[in-house]
Amino acid sequence: MVLVRVVIVGAGEVGRSIASNLEGTHDVVVIDTDAAVIDDLTYSMDVLPLHGDGTDVEVLREAGIEEADMLLACTDVDETNIVACGAAKTVADVFTVARVKRRGLLDTWEHAEGAFGVDFMVCTDLLTAEAIFRISGLPRALDVDQFADGLVRMAEFELGPESPIGGKTVAEADQFDSMTFAAVFRDEDLIVPRGDTRLEPGDRVVVIGSEDSIREFADEITAGQTQDADDVVILGGSELGFQIAKVFEDRGYRPRLIEVDHDRARELAERLPNTTVMESDVTDTEFLVREHVDKSDVVVAALGTDEQNLLASLLAERIGTPRTLAVVETVDYADLFEAVGIDAAINPREEVAEEIVRFTRAGQTEKVSILEHDRGEVLEIEIGEESVLANRTIVEAAAELPDCVVIGAISREGELVVPRGATTIVPGDHVVVFADSSVVDEVSDQI
Amino acid sequence: MVWRVDLRATGSMLGTVVTYFSLTMLVPLVVAIVYGEDVWVFAVSIVIAAGIGLALDRLDPDPDLGPKEALLLVSLAWLAAAVIGAIPYLLAGYGTESTVGLSLASPDAFLESIVNALFESTSGVTTTGATVLGEISTDRHSHAIMMWRQLTQWLGGMGIIVLMIAILPEIAVNGAQLMRSEAPGPELQKLTPKIAETARALWLIYFGFTVLCAASLYGLHLAGYAPEMNLYNAIAHGFSTLPTGGFSPQAQSIAYFSAAVQWVIIPFMVIAGVNFALFWHVLRGEAEAMAQNREFRTYAGAIAVLIAVLFAILYRGATMDPAIGGATQGMTERSLRQAAFQIGSLMNSTGYANANFAQWDANAQAILLFAMFVGGSAGSTGGGIKVIRWLVVMKAIRRELHTTAHPNRVQPVRLGGRVVDEDAIRGIVVFTLLYIVLFAVAGVFIMLDPNHGFPQELTVLEGFSASLATLGNIGPGFGQLGPFGSYLHFSKASKLLMVFLMWIGRLEIVPVLALFVAGLEGD
Repeated sequence: MVLVRVVIVGAGEVGRSIASNLEGTHDVVVIDTDAAVIDDLTYSMDVLPLHGDGTDVEVLREAGIEEADMLLACTDVDETNIVACGAAKTVADVFTVARVKRRGLLDTWEHAEGAFGVDFMVCTDLLTAEAIFRISGLPRALDVDQFADGLVRMAEFELGPESPIGGKTVAEADQFDSMTFAAVFRDEDLIVPRGDTRLEPGDRVVVIGSEDSIREFADEITAGQTQDADDVVILGGSELGFQIAKVFEDRGYRPRLIEVDHDRARELAERLPNTTVMESDVTDTEFLVREHVDKSDVVVAALGTDEQNLLASLLAERIGTPRTLAVVETVDYADLFEAVGIDAAINPREEVAEEIVRFTRAGQTEKVSILEHDRGEVLEIEIGEESVLANRTIVEAAAELPDCVVIGAISREGELVVPRGATTIVPGDHVVVFADSSVVDEVSDQI
Repeated sequence: MVWRVDLRATGSMLGTVVTYFSLTMLVPLVVAIVYGEDVWVFAVSIVIAAGIGLALDRLDPDPDLGPKEALLLVSLAWLAAAVIGAIPYLLAGYGTESTVGLSLASPDAFLESIVNALFESTSGVTTTGATVLGEISTDRHSHAIMMWRQLTQWLGGMGIIVLMIAILPEIAVNGAQLMRSEAPGPELQKLTPKIAETARALWLIYFGFTVLCAASLYGLHLAGYAPEMNLYNAIAHGFSTLPTGGFSPQAQSIAYFSAAVQWVIIPFMVIAGVNFALFWHVLRGEAEAMAQNREFRTYAGAIAVLIAVLFAILYRGATMDPAIGGATQGMTERSLRQAAFQIGSLMNSTGYANANFAQWDANAQAILLFAMFVGGSAGSTGGGIKVIRWLVVMKAIRRELHTTAHPNRVQPVRLGGRVVDEDAIRGIVVFTLLYIVLFAVAGVFIMLDPNHGFPQELTVLEGFSASLATLGNIGPGFGQLGPFGSYLHFSKASKLLMVFLMWIGRLEIVPVLALFVAGLEGD
């Protein structure tokens, strides 16, 4: 079996995250300029690490770029990524993917596809802004993603202490026809829900189903608190803050944005016609109360550093904002943020890694969503003739799949089919599957 | 003393390794059938070994290895291979005069026989080639057991763990960590993204050269240049040439065969001491990778120089005992052949002999001793300190001298144009020192042990050569331990010490000692 060869330039958090996702199913070569990182990779992952500069054609040649199918440039520097793609194009016919931070580069590239020798461009800020938009839409949702052209939705909710389904079993709580409980995360554990699994306050439940049923479920667990997130306050006018405001604007919202720097605030106000830009220090409690930030629906902290975001979002939480989201640059901190009471921590690197993995796996697996900072994944897979699921009922197939796999939804010819034990899956169906990260490769092979 | 290591996971993986290792005994079983010999020895051995393996395997249904478990697994796997490999010797020799056969005559004889079998087996899997067999011949021992002796060397050559990584996906998960502990040389070289592919490539190259070697030897036989080199001998020597093993089913080693055979074996011994990763590059059409490799060039250069010097010494006349190999004074072909053969054999730690070099004069022996200290290349099947380490040590020394004269000079150590990492230099210097310290300390212990049964008093050279020959996985030493001598007369304690030396020598000391240190200090 000849595996698809993928060359990754940059072994930072994004590069490593992509590499660990692909190592089981692809031939992965990772290039980085840091010898210590390369040495560590040699033993920690089943990939070929290479010390060198990914923009150097000789290094790319050594990485086997001529036989590679894909080049993923995901260093932290936009220019390096673009140059790496360009350099690869000069010596090989390889599909290039570049990660960029700046939206401007994406716009330029979109004007003329293939510009810079980049075949696919992923914009970190835009992706993050879109993720924040998705998550802010549903109360208490930690993560939301769409599958099967929007037919199927996946959402992760945390059950609050007063949640009416806390203490009920899954069978009692599952009153919705077109929705499946895919997984329950309790503290550090992953529980595969059975009918008699009892839900506890504080659990994070992953549900897969139609948009309507998930919205109903969200209404149910928050018992009447639901209202659309109309009033959005963005703390910090960084480039990312600007993108978030723009995404909300584009979808018809009128967000508010708070920025401390006078000139920057002015510039943002000019570029964002439908946003109310306010010039203030975000840690000024008096100002926040005066402007009724505590009465807003969602507060998003998108300041320069993790520390600032932590402080600002804790402050927002303290003055009584119903829902705070924070951008976290360091993956390891995301859990901490959520532990101290911030409703969702969004990591731009995780988002971009997810998007690139999703794109690289396209074909076999059409869409991937990474949950709980890579403890579980939700995949959308088109069923082929050889799949273990093909032409069998779910009960029969489940015996051959690992334990921590749940089939959440099936999309058949544009219709949503809710999987039950007796449902037979036929080739051509798209299934949305939840799987524990440790068995994802095995599962995607079997299916 | 708490040592936090998952013993169940390690034991379970060890069980897998042992189970598969037991299957290799099918080869001597087939030999036994072909020669109409006792098949029960190997049939029973397979059952015992597989039983142990399967029992261990059940310890943990889903083993998960961390770095410490990987270290422990590699160390234990080699020990287990040696122990399992000893079973056929004990069974086959039971009730015979064999020195490695199980003896129940007295408690002392019982212990002696077990230590002997363990020594022979360890010497096999670690590709050392030191023997305690009283008499080496296929008449005395069966063809099957002698083939097992050769096969253990072949399996140990490229590495048991590397073989397992190549064929077993469950081991390949932690492949890189495991291979680092087993592969000879200071660092692991990944050739392909998938570690299992790298392991497969190395084993295929190794297998290919083995087939080529055996075919060449048998070809000489068919062409009439080697009457003694029948199919059995050709395969047996293929099995012990490429792993730099040195066992031979013939008592007179390679001196038993014609000059043509000796000439054919020389290039294969040299190949065995080369980094096999370089052949991988050559096969992919990157021949310059080999030509420009600093270690390969140094290795080849060192061999050429040592051969030239030894040739001059032999040509002048250095042979005291011409009974085996013949006198060399004034004999150009014979001097060159013996010089090339012995340097090729001893530098990369094979241990074959085509002359009794133990009876050469002091000049010639000094050259051989020097060659033994050099060792083969990293990533080869050879033992010893290895050429690349000497290169780095020399350059580090030169740097020290430069910086002493010019204290402000900033000078990285370069090897073949690439800068060597300072941590790597430290590791290499420590390894080299440790090797020499162990050699010396073990040599002293061997000399101090009063219970030798040698016909003549053990000389200092002999005692220390035993230490060097086992730690470096070379095999023969000097004097009474020469290529046609035997380690049989050492006491049980000395033999066990040498078993330990062979074991840590094959794993390049550090993994095993790291375990001991971690164990002693309670982690």
